[in-house]
Parts: sequence; C-alpha cells; structure tokens
Amino acid sequence: MQALVIVAHGSHLNPESSAPTYAHADTIRESGAFDEVREAFWKEEPSFRDALRTVESEEVFVVPLFISEGYFTEEVIPRELRLDDWEAGLWDSDGTSASQATLHADDVDKTIHYCGPVGTHDAMSDVIVKRAETVTGDPDVGEGFGLAVVGHGTERNENSAKAIEYHADRIRSMGRFDEVQALYMDEEPEVDDVTDYFESEDVVVVPLFVADGYHTQEDIPEDMGLTDDYREGWETPAEVDGHRIWYAGAVGTEEFMADVILERAAEAGADVSAALERVREATGGVPASGD
Amino acid sequence: MAATDADLAPDQFEDLVDAVTGGPVEFDGLVVQYEDDGYVFEVPDLHREHLSVEELERVAAANAEWVTNWHFWNVVVGGEGTARRAFLRWLEAADEHSVRARYGAMADGGIHHEWGELLVTVELGEVGYRRYELRHVDDSDADPAELTADAEPRDLRDRSKYDDRGRYRPLKTAPSLVDGWVLPDLTSGELKEALGFVYPATVENWHREHEGTLDVTHWRETAERQTGIYDVVDELPREAVEWVTEAACVDSQCLKRREWQYDEGDHLDTPAGDGAFPCREPCSLVVAAARKWTKLEEEDEHTYEFDLTPSEKAQLEEIIDAVADGRTDEIREADVYEGANRYRARYLRAKRFDEDGNLCGVPTEE
Ligand code: SF4
Repeated sequence: MQALVIVAHGSHLNPESSAPTYAHADTIRESGAFDEVREAFWKEEPSFRDALRTVESEEVFVVPLFISEGYFTEEVIPRELRLDDWEAGLWDSDGTSASQATLHADDVDKTIHYCGPVGTHDAMSDVIVKRAETVTGDPDVGEGFGLAVVGHGTERNENSAKAIEYHADRIRSMGRFDEVQALYMDEEPEVDDVTDYFESEDVVVVPLFVADGYHTQEDIPEDMGLTDDYREGWETPAEVDGHRIWYAGAVGTEEFMADVILERAAEAGADVSAALERVREATGGVPASGD
Repeated sequence: MAATDADLAPDQFEDLVDAVTGGPVEFDGLVVQYEDDGYVFEVPDLHREHLSVEELERVAAANAEWVTNWHFWNVVVGGEGTARRAFLRWLEAADEHSVRARYGAMADGGIHHEWGELLVTVELGEVGYRRYELRHVDDSDADPAELTADAEPRDLRDRSKYDDRGRYRPLKTAPSLVDGWVLPDLTSGELKEALGFVYPATVENWHREHEGTLDVTHWRETAERQTGIYDVVDELPREAVEWVTEAACVDSQCLKRREWQYDEGDHLDTPAGDGAFPCREPCSLVVAAARKWTKLEEEDEHTYEFDLTPSEKAQLEEIIDAVADGRTDEIREADVYEGANRYRARYLRAKRFDEDGNLCGVPTEE
C-alpha cells in the first residue's frame, strides 16, 4: 500500500488557507492513485506530528504544498514528522532543485519519501501560465501581455526569491509573453511599483502563494493600486497608471496543482501513471514540461 | 436472529471456502476447517464434521450470523492490528459480546457511542455488513427527517469548519461542532474518514493509548523543540503553563483529554478532562498562544491606582468572566443586571475612560 500525505501551512485565523490543500487532495483521492490520501498542517489538524500515524500504508509519499525550499521544508516539516535521519544535504539542492529523500519514521515504522516542495517543481511554471489563461479567459494569452510573478521576497528565507526567479526565467524563455518580471512584497523590485516594470499595457499578475489570504487578497491588491480598500474588491482587469492589471490571486488555488503534487510523488517512485492521466483530464492540465 | 432476509451471499461463502483452503478459520466463536474426510463447522452449541462442500454451505447458511461476521471483519474490514479495526471492534464491543448478542443489538436500534460531540451508531445492514450513522450528540433523539442528510464525509468536513455563528473553528476538538445534520449510511471506511476530518488522529491516538504505546510529549520537550518565532516559548514560567492549560485545555474548551504534563514526573494541577481520546502533546494553537503569553509575562508589574465603586470593580470581573466563558452573546440586550451587558459596559466606559481610552484617566505604563 502507498499513501500520499500533503503537508501545508494552514492557519489559525484564515479558513481559506487549507482550502486548496483539501481541494487538491480530493482530486487525487478521486484519481485512485494512492490507497490513502491525507492532509496535514502546521497550524491545523492533523498536525505534522500526528500525520503519519493516520495512514496505514508502509510507504508514504510526503509532498509539501509550499512555495520554496527553506525553513519549513528543511527544518520544521522533517523535525515534526520525526524523520530523525533527515539533513538538508539529502536533497542535494541548489535551492530550487530538491526532488526527494527516502527516510524512516521511527514512531510509526514507515518508509517516508520526503519530496521537494510543489512550488519549485518545473511544472509550476505551467501552472503560472495556466493561471494567466484562467484570469484573462484566453487560452492563448501571451502576445501583447506582460507577466509578473510575485513572491514574498527574502523575509525569513532567501530561497523564496529563488523560486520566484526560477519560474520567471523559465516562463521568459518560453517566449510566450512580451515581458516577464519577478516582483516581491518586501524587496526590490516591489510589486507596489508594478507598472514601472512593464511596457505592455496588459499585465497579468500571478502571486506564487499556496492559498489566498491576507497577502494575496488584501495586501497585494491594495499595494498595486487595484483598489483603495480590499473589502470593496477590484476590477479584473483594473486600470492602473495607463496599464490594465489582470490580477490572478494565489496560484495554489489553480486546479492543475493536483497534477504537480502527483508529479512530485511520481518522481519519488510512487506508482501513479494511470492516475496522472485521469487527473490531467479532470483538471484540464497539460503534461508537465519535465526535467 | 438477524434482521436480514438473504442471510448469506454466495460470494461470502466462496470467500469462506477460499480462506479454509489456506488453513483453519477461527473467529469470534466460529471454527471452520478442512480435515481429511471433509469440512468441520463449529459455532457455540453446534459441532458438525465430515461435511461435503454442499453440506457446509447449508450449515453455513443456517448459521449465517457467524459466517457474515467473519466475512465482515476479515474480508471487508481487514487491517489486523490497525487503529481502524480496533475502533470498529470497540464500537460493537466485539471482544465482549457474542455474535448473536451483537447482531441482536445492531438490528434492534443499533449500538451507540459518543466520540467527542459525535454520536456513532452501528446498525446491521444486509448479509452482515455494518452501516454506520453519524450525527451530533445533541441530535441523539432527533427524527432523522428533521436533520439535513449529508451524503459523504467531505460534507461534514466542510460543516465542521465553522461554528453555529459562522466563525472559523481553528481547534477541531473545540466543543463547538454544529448540529442539525446526519450522515445516515456510511461504510466502515467512510466512517473512519469522517472521524478523521472532524477529529483528526483521535482514533489513532486512542488506539495507541489502549495498546500502551501512546507517545506523550510533555510541555518542556515541546517548548524546547520550537524554533523560529516560537523559539521563545520555553521561557514561559512553569506556573504560566498551568494557566495556559486552564485557558485552553479544559473540557469546556477542548474535548481532548490532556495527557501531557509540564514534564515527565512534574504534573500540572489543571484537570486533564474526561474526553474519550487523549491529547498527546501541546497543539499548535496552544504553542502559538503561549508565544504571546511568553512575551506578556516578560513585562514587569506596575502598581496602578484606580478609584472604582465596589460595583464597578465587580463589573470588571463580570466582564472578564463573561468573555472568558464565551457568554457575551447570551446576555440580553436590556439585562442591565448583568455586569457584562453592553449598556452597562458603555456606561462604565463613558464614566471612567478618558478620551485616550485610559481607565480612570490612568495612563498605561510602558
Ligand atoms: S493542547 Fe490543549 S487545547 Fe490543544 S488539543 Fe491538547 S488539550 Fe486541546
């Protein structure tokens, strides 16, 4: 038997925080790829500490629904899952290239394939593009458009910016959008000045966040000038300084994320090939660009 | 007798024969095995031997309860040694009562158990399959027609996210689960899934407790393990940890029974609670709140002087009590006899606060 455990941050305050995790888990459950699929959270239950005992399978694929490598994926999650032999070197990563490490969890006596975060997977570039298609309603969006990928920035974690840049670079090299720019909330180039960084009149802004919450639904829309008060909402597109801003909301809510989670587990050795096809059909996904 | 018409389905009998081919079947009072000259079939008060397969089928059908019981537990449920199986067995007290007694009880209104605020009922379905029903304990006597019937565990997952005032429930074991719904017809797998959504990991930790393998992590170890912004919580004074448990872990706030202490051999005085399932470690909500309290406890005390009437002092105490017990909503609009009544509070504020919100005009010392 094989189990998938999706680990995510969750929240004590925001009920929407766990919504994408449940949604993607449901999609994967329906695909039948795993005998068991569970969600676990840092701030909700089941906690990371109790997560592994909620599955019966001896082989467990743990996929972090996090954007970047760093404090959570390298320190908090392995510690709380009691992967005693874990060390960050096992991923042999340059900050965006973690794939998986096979470990043993003693408290439950199971083999754990601890995967790199969803956010740094190559297929995430496709999810960002997909998000741009969704928000513009144009499956061919690109020409005449700029694309901004938005992240936290360095606050607490240098790899956060790396993940943003990584996908911005990859999407730029696809040559699909006229301009692609990485922007940040707490460092230069700042998302507040989004219109300064684009010549294109139309700019799609995709925040590389797992869930919608304070940052994506309050902070960023106000900072970009989409609205003076997030409670009043904003237009899509919204006119800002002579540009049309198409604001997409958190990329993690895109259905196709379920596919990326499966890709992560598959790379770690999970047998999911049949299910991948079904999930792609269900989510309208495109095959990942691959490594 | 069981309330079922078709007592034994053909595939159940085939499964039995297959199983006996691999060795004797012995389960809950049923013994079936193959000896050189035929099958042996045994249940309490009955022993038959030298049976052909046709004869075995007839005897099995005549004693279908034992065979379907074997089938349910070994083919449908399986999972020897798992928490899931142990929990399902516990639900029908399978290790204490005979198959006949259990089938009687399940067919006659079902067997009930409370699990937190959930009422679990196990009933007998067709050919020995069990049907599980879930509802809120407050709805135990409700006519199912008056409850909203949910189809699947996921519906309950969504419901359990908010309390009856629409507020998010960050602590799943808080006693604030909404009522008015029923999941009328669950399989054993769906039951386990639903419990996992409403009260995650409680079945697993309850099972460990029964097996004597519950791994309790006490406050000190949990606090010392924290890093990042929670690194500070190990500085929370011991007496404050008492207050933390009084604030968050007592039965009125959380249905888990707190098994963790300040440290191994250093017990907290706060009652552990009477919950069915244990709490094996301070939860994330408690750790996050403890971080705030750690910072607050770092402040020095100041002596303030306020002039209050005795009733005003008592009123402040009543307000704190009402907020702490979550009773503010119950205090009626015009009930000015309650200190925590809104008009009473507004009057006190009008009289005693200055324009900066300072009580009796006394500034807060930094
Ligand atoms: S730490 Fe306290 S509040 Fe948290 S789950 Fe345990 S008993 Fe409940």
